[in-house]
Amino acid sequence: MADTIIFQSLPARPAPIKTEGLIPWIRSNLFGSWQSSLTTVIVAGLLLYFLPQFFNWAVLTATTNNNADACRADGVGACWGVIKEKYRLILFGRYPFEEQWRPLVATLLMVGLVVASCTRVFWNKWLGVLWVVVLAGYFVLMSGGVMGLSKVTTDRWGGLPLTIMLTTISLVLAFPLALLVALGRRSHLPAIRSFCTIYVELIRGVPLISVLFMASFMFPLFMPQGVTIDVLIRVLAGITLFAAAYMAEVIRGGLQAMPKGQSEAAASLGLSYWQTQFKIILPQALAMVVPGIMNNFISLFKDTSLVTIVSMYELTGSLGLALNSDADWRPYKLEGYLFITGIYFAFCFAMSRYSLWIEKQVNKSKLR
Amino acid sequence: MAVAPRTPPKKRDWSWRSQAFRGLLYQIIAVLLIGGAAWFLAHNTAENMRIRGIQGGFDFLKSPAGFDIGESLFHFDSNDPYWKAFAVGVSNTLRVAIIGIILTTILGTLIGVGRFSRNGLVRGLCQAYVELFRNVPVLLQLLMWYLLFTELLPEIADARHIGPFFLSKGGLSFPVPEWSSSHYFTMLGGLIGLGAAWWWRGRTQKRFEETGQLGSMFLIPAAIIIAAALAGWVAGGMPTTWIVPKKGEFAVEGGGSLTPEFMAVLMGLVLYTAAFVAEVVRSGIQSVARGQSEAAQALGLSRGQEMQKILLPQALRVIIPPMTNQYLNLTKNSSLAVAIGYPDVVSISNTALNQTGRAVECIAIIMLVYLTTSLSTSFFMNWYNAKSAIRER
Repeated sequence: MADTIIFQSLPARPAPIKTEGLIPWIRSNLFGSWQSSLTTVIVAGLLLYFLPQFFNWAVLTATTNNNADACRADGVGACWGVIKEKYRLILFGRYPFEEQWRPLVATLLMVGLVVASCTRVFWNKWLGVLWVVVLAGYFVLMSGGVMGLSKVTTDRWGGLPLTIMLTTISLVLAFPLALLVALGRRSHLPAIRSFCTIYVELIRGVPLISVLFMASFMFPLFMPQGVTIDVLIRVLAGITLFAAAYMAEVIRGGLQAMPKGQSEAAASLGLSYWQTQFKIILPQALAMVVPGIMNNFISLFKDTSLVTIVSMYELTGSLGLALNSDADWRPYKLEGYLFITGIYFAFCFAMSRYSLWIEKQVNKSKLR
Repeated sequence: MAVAPRTPPKKRDWSWRSQAFRGLLYQIIAVLLIGGAAWFLAHNTAENMRIRGIQGGFDFLKSPAGFDIGESLFHFDSNDPYWKAFAVGVSNTLRVAIIGIILTTILGTLIGVGRFSRNGLVRGLCQAYVELFRNVPVLLQLLMWYLLFTELLPEIADARHIGPFFLSKGGLSFPVPEWSSSHYFTMLGGLIGLGAAWWWRGRTQKRFEETGQLGSMFLIPAAIIIAAALAGWVAGGMPTTWIVPKKGEFAVEGGGSLTPEFMAVLMGLVLYTAAFVAEVVRSGIQSVARGQSEAAQALGLSRGQEMQKILLPQALRVIIPPMTNQYLNLTKNSSLAVAIGYPDVVSISNTALNQTGRAVECIAIIMLVYLTTSLSTSFFMNWYNAKSAIRER
């Protein structure tokens, strides 16, 4: 005779500990184990020690009075007055004071143009025309000499307008050059392949500063007697050649990742070499390397700060120009540095966020 | 009726319209264009130099330099020839680059690994570090560190000191052991220890492969090296004299010292490049398949063991090529030292250029030095990369 087993339900288990919300997050992320708790205590302790000090210096005891005596008083922290006093010199360099609305308008135009080129609405055939118009407007505004604007020579251009102009123009010129060089490095023609390889390896092997030295000291020797080229153009050419070599390597990475079937299919459809490259290979290869190209753009923006070593006063250089010769304000250079650090950071950070967005855009085809 | 099979018309593989011919034509045009441009530039340069009376050639390297160099690894004064000044510059560049690469690797790896920490605070801090330091130009960072070291530190007269370490506007001074011949014994002991440690590691590895028994691959070899060096030191008669820096009237005297320029360059380069290295390490670790880390957890490895024995060795293969780029970038960025007056090769060349007016030669020297360093670094890293690549059948 078999025992009948009567089903009895187990007592209900206790409700699980809450796993969402602030307190569980703190419990698992800050005090997960004893090592983690110890780390939290040490790191938080250091932060609590240093951050209030910085905050005290930068905000609480800081002064925004643009009077050097007020900054020298006891117990005064950061002296933001130096920015208030010198911001026009820092932002516009040696550009004539009364005319500084011109670089302001020109730079706003150019930034507007770049931002427009980055948004989907403007991706149509008129964009090229817009570029030509805005660039022409930029140079008319900056150098003047027409329409009643007084002439301003390029050695007086400086500050943020110069930084943004150097970045934008060299970027626009470097990109097509990089495309050609990248294609050239994968060409079947040995002469073209070796020229492109030598160019890329040579440029990537030397620092930008030596290229800039070459542009500013050696280039005058290269030109025939009587021909002089403005130093701005020379430096622009140097930066462009430098940036193009790095960009070409990134693009080549994309080209190499393309499966061979793509170009074979294009060939069997009877497309020519250039049709194959521009209609089949490059659109796919470039989409793959968008993050790399954006990184190139960001480093190009940062690299423009190097032109200050060959005596062009872009943002970094114009800060030195503004403060080095002024004994009253010289001690507050740190505040000035923090100011332009903020500017550089804002631009670079915006670019890197944009890079994430555009990466998502070009990968849409892969997300079904 | 059989029709004789017609042979297809013979294809001419050489015609005006063939791909081969066009390829050849394009190449000839390219060679002519580039050769012509090179000839044009060289011709102009020679012409300009003749008109301006600039002499060419590297003979100036033998004439006395006539300037002093703030810091150098070996003796240099203004009567020494230019080539020696360039040698000082190269040694200074290499010094900052090599120390910088070592420190950057350590700091960058720590920060990159820190972004996988279970501690939210560490994770956030590492991310903030990367975002902050890589988005600000390295030149600006160098200038800021230089400002901090030269303006905000105390005067030499009231140098801040912790024990025998002095920190002031004059730089950092620290004690060094006084050199005596008996230190050769210590070095000899260290070398023998290194050999013994190598042998020990090989033996442990072999035993592991044969029997599966784990042995110490790091602690015991390290102990062997230290013990051997100590034994050498004892055999050499235990020299214990240290040169301790003392605060003099105008300067901190004696001991080893680092100039503020060197510290600023090193600090700026290391902190900047570490942000990039951290990203390289992070993407390398992320490239390891998730199953690997789950398998490690299933085997009961701790988080540290998992990182050290499973994730990092596999990530290394992805990490090495971009890491090489970062090392090269650091070396090339060390040329920015010219902005704060650290006498690296660019700075020396710049001075020589201003004094002799030989722009072509001086810039050629800069480029040659960096090309050599870059190429040799990438050769070494390629070798290392090949060594650590997966050995497939």
